[in-house]
Amino acid sequence: MTVLTRRNFTAVAGASLATSLFAPAAFGQAKPRLVVIGGGPGGATVARYVAKDSNGAVDVTLIEPQKTFTTCFFSNIYVGGFRDLKSLTHTYDNVAKAGVKVVHAAATAIDRDKKTVTLSDGGTVPYDRLVIAPGIDLKYDSVPGYSEAAAEIMPHAWKAGPQTELLVKKLNALNDGDLIVMVAPPNPYRCPPGPYERASMFAHVLKTKGHKKSKIIIVDPKPAFSKQAVFMEGWEKHYPGVIEWQDPKVHGGIKGVDPKTGEVKTDLADYKAALANVIPAQSAGKIAIDAGLTDKSGFCPIHPESMKSTVDANIFVVGDASIAGDMPKSAFSANSQAKVAAMTVRAELTQSRAFPARYSNTCWSLIAPDDDIKVGASYEPGDGKIKAGAGFVSQKGEPADLRKANYKESVDWYNGIIADTFG
Amino acid sequence: MADRPRIRLPKQAKKGELIEIRTLLPHLMESGQRKGADGKVFPRKIVNAFTCEFNGKLVFSATLEPAIAANPYLQFSARVEESGTFRFAWTDDDGTVITADEMITVI
Repeated sequence: MTVLTRRNFTAVAGASLATSLFAPAAFGQAKPRLVVIGGGPGGATVARYVAKDSNGAVDVTLIEPQKTFTTCFFSNIYVGGFRDLKSLTHTYDNVAKAGVKVVHAAATAIDRDKKTVTLSDGGTVPYDRLVIAPGIDLKYDSVPGYSEAAAEIMPHAWKAGPQTELLVKKLNALNDGDLIVMVAPPNPYRCPPGPYERASMFAHVLKTKGHKKSKIIIVDPKPAFSKQAVFMEGWEKHYPGVIEWQDPKVHGGIKGVDPKTGEVKTDLADYKAALANVIPAQSAGKIAIDAGLTDKSGFCPIHPESMKSTVDANIFVVGDASIAGDMPKSAFSANSQAKVAAMTVRAELTQSRAFPARYSNTCWSLIAPDDDIKVGASYEPGDGKIKAGAGFVSQKGEPADLRKANYKESVDWYNGIIADTFG
Repeated sequence: MADRPRIRLPKQAKKGELIEIRTLLPHLMESGQRKGADGKVFPRKIVNAFTCEFNGKLVFSATLEPAIAANPYLQFSARVEESGTFRFAWTDDDGTVITADEMITVI
């Protein structure tokens, strides 16, 4: 299929193509309609930006079942006891004030031929352009013995809210000498450094409580992980002997979990965990799969110039559900992708000007109080994907004041992205 | 951290079969080169030797050095001709010897 972008539009657009693209916006209705599914840092940003920047020229609807949004980013900081969950919970009041019609229902189906979204309350919402930002779904059966029900005993806490609260409750109930086992997820997954920041926060809580006999074992299906060298240096410095990370060669394979006994079984050994944090494999949110927007990886292929689905020219995919090339699945990435999608949607619906896509990301991770590390890069389309350009990553042996400044920077970023996403 | 060592080997093998043995000892392996915030060196405390005997006969041994990471993991092979017991022993710098036994049956 021809890729239609603002830049090559005049070169490729025949009369029929132009008609088919713009007819719905031009006839039979007052305004072109944008519908956004999912009110996280991807979806809410697209909705707010298009509403704000089009000055009401586009009719924007945001579909999100939850009345408030608790951010998964910074939820490890809550696990470490540095923040409460309320400080990570935000409303859609200012999104609505920006001119977005916020519908609190679940999107249950997308009819790509009729260009409508079906809602859990039975209603349908028509669109000219649709942006989906459904985030991830957990593939519970990727860990034998694990399930949605088992997650009530062995929390994943990879979607923020009740799961995170459950994890913290269990963490705070541990006795000295109890064992924590984390089953880390395979690639690709939301927040690459997240499991290792979380293990750091577990260790911090154990240290704070004076639990000297407890240990944390991470069984990992991956042979390496994000910011590994700096994480491990930090673990050795702040929590010597507490965190034991096992790569697949060492544990020999994750055989499964038993929520009844609390066991985590690997080829090398079985562990009786007082707290098992099982983070399974992931896919794009179910609605993306149901709508046929995913490929065999379980995530949605997109055009790197626009975040437009390669499957459907009227649909964009942003955030964790997309295959964003070299970009990690993070809130920062989702917010950055949302701005490219918002710009492209507006250009297509209102003929406003679009600029070449530029993306950026930074992931901060807290190892211990005031010891924060980061990794990041800028990105742009290249080699048919979103390609990493210049980047940076924290190094071993950095001075404490730099690490402290990183933490302050991450808090400032949090406040910034919340303001940018939710207004 | 005198954690229990973890050992994986088959419970049964054929006579003359080459089996794979995997061991992991949770241990800090303090190299003796790391400095604390006060500038003082953390004293060296590593596991410096490992042996594996089968029915009293040495089948594998290793000298471990300070550059080896925490929780030393060793994987090696042994040929078994008879049923018996593998005895694994890790020697700490402080003289402690941590041992573990695993049985295997030749069928």
